[in-house]
Amino acid sequence: MNRNGRLREALTAYALLAPSLVVFGVFFFYALYRLVVLGLNQQNRTGTAQRWVGLEQFSEVLGGAEFRSGLWISIQYVLWTVPAGLILGVLLAVAAHRQLRGIRFFQTVFASTVATSVAVASVIFFVLLNPVVGYFGDVPFINLADPNSAIRGVAVSSVWQNLGLTFIIVLAGLQAIPDELLEAATVDGYGPIRRFFKVTLPLLSPTMLFLVVVLTVFALQAFAQVDILTQGGPAGSTETLVFKIFRLGQEPVNVGRGAVMAIGLFFVTLVVALGQFTLLNRRVHYGDR
Amino acid sequence: MSQVVFEGVTKRFGDVTAVDSLDLRIEDGEFVVLLGPSGCGKTTALRMVAGLEEITDGTLRIGDTVVNDMEPRDRNISMVFQSYALYPHMTVAKNIESPLMVRSFDVGEGAHRKLTKAERSARITDAARTLGLDTLLNRKPAALSGGQRQRVALARAIVSRPAAFLMDEPLSNLDAKLRAATRIELVELHRTLATTFIYVTHDQVEAMTMADRVAIIADGRLQQVGAPRDVYERPANLFVARFIGSPPMNTFTATVAANGASGGVNTGAGILPLGGTTGPLSAGEDVMVGIRPEHITVGEGPLEVAVRAVEWLGHERLLLCDLAGTQLNVRQVTGDAEIPVGTKVSIGVDPAHVMVFDPISGEIR
Repeated sequence: MNRNGRLREALTAYALLAPSLVVFGVFFFYALYRLVVLGLNQQNRTGTAQRWVGLEQFSEVLGGAEFRSGLWISIQYVLWTVPAGLILGVLLAVAAHRQLRGIRFFQTVFASTVATSVAVASVIFFVLLNPVVGYFGDVPFINLADPNSAIRGVAVSSVWQNLGLTFIIVLAGLQAIPDELLEAATVDGYGPIRRFFKVTLPLLSPTMLFLVVVLTVFALQAFAQVDILTQGGPAGSTETLVFKIFRLGQEPVNVGRGAVMAIGLFFVTLVVALGQFTLLNRRVHYGDR
Repeated sequence: MSQVVFEGVTKRFGDVTAVDSLDLRIEDGEFVVLLGPSGCGKTTALRMVAGLEEITDGTLRIGDTVVNDMEPRDRNISMVFQSYALYPHMTVAKNIESPLMVRSFDVGEGAHRKLTKAERSARITDAARTLGLDTLLNRKPAALSGGQRQRVALARAIVSRPAAFLMDEPLSNLDAKLRAATRIELVELHRTLATTFIYVTHDQVEAMTMADRVAIIADGRLQQVGAPRDVYERPANLFVARFIGSPPMNTFTATVAANGASGGVNTGAGILPLGGTTGPLSAGEDVMVGIRPEHITVGEGPLEVAVRAVEWLGHERLLLCDLAGTQLNVRQVTGDAEIPVGTKVSIGVDPAHVMVFDPISGEIR
């Protein structure tokens, strides 16, 4: 190809990339830039009064007890939602992955929470778990009125809401496993349980890695569940990082502190996701490729 | 003893009968090929032996044991799948070891138990050496060529020293050259192991070159069982006659002459004499006549055909002729005189090679 042709090709490529660059620029890079500016200043919500405080605000907030407590609550939330959600999703998918008359009906039912918004899910669980009016308001392990168990109550709603997505993705992963492999294992003498752990699960590992990362990010970013079910309470026991950021943003002079926490959360999420990829990738089998 | 015996074995999927009352006795150490077009039920029959399909009706025996309701692991068989079905997350060694992990084996002196790690690794080494995989044991299947994967599948099958090997189109994923080489190796492997092989294919070349006996199946029914030469030379019915042989046997309708079979059959393009090998035929009866392309001689004979096309295949020529409206393939060695397209020629057939079939049932007469 001559020089003109190559130039034309490059221009076409940039023209095709432009829309997504604009969207990314406005909603990600500019937003991130604004966050850094906010983090370097102390200011009120409307931005009419602004005072430069510099990096001092970063070290103070990120090293402070509030950030640490929010991070710890967020981590608890991850630990209560991700493993439980994953195991339930796999169990449902395995149950629904078989040739049975009417199985489509169950597959649709199991997948249906995908079509439910977080707000709807949270309202459902508000009705179920609310300490005053809820049907299961006084079940001990997930009691929203008890600071020791409220986080698990919120987690239950989240697990339920994400179950549809987990189910669909695991089911697709199961359907991608060739029947002949499982039949070979049957002829080799494997029973159903050994077959699952020695053949199915290793072949599902790319799917599982994806889900672990996605569900962890979802959990670290969870907001509406907390807002609707507990509003961070009781006694701040469900105040995750995201909820803290939201609360600080509402307060008269703490927008800058909230911005610093948001940047902190961004890096926590990034590090966790990268860490999961590098650690778990060693145990993932990508089949033929 | 490890003969495999089907007695009236039937498999139905809902309203569809995949295998219809199959009777077949496969002797100990025999290499039997189940041959048929796709969807004929041959794979289903094999999968019933493996225990991967339940048997709707009839009795299936391996050795002296009825295995209808026996788990695959207790049947002492191994299977090579069309896709090889290697575990992609395991090394070659682990793949080969897989059948030894769960099952119990006879270890001599009447003992029946699981193998120790040392026994397993001895067997892996043994199987790997038989198939030339010694240097590949630590690789994953993704790092192997198609032929190597096929060998791993075979090694995994022989490592458990089963009573019978089941193979479902194991060569169909190989290229033509490798397929031809592997055919010979499979025959050698069979000779070395002296164990029952049941092999499913739709490829008649594989069946003819490897089998001790071929079982031809169509529409879930067994059409004929016999040595490759027998089914080629003495097909039991029209289906077998047309299915075996390439190009296939010429078949066309003809009428038995007015004075009966001794007068030959009227083809519409001349009277064709019969060899007296047929059963009784009545005068004026319509029959199907079958003639293999290589049994037709060009130049002289009672029938007159027009040459419509000539295919030159190097070692031979194929004349596509018109016999009273039906196509007739004639095989000619390249040394014979060339015949231009469009000419009319006389052809003859050794009466001993003319086969006669019932036009309705398709059975040989």
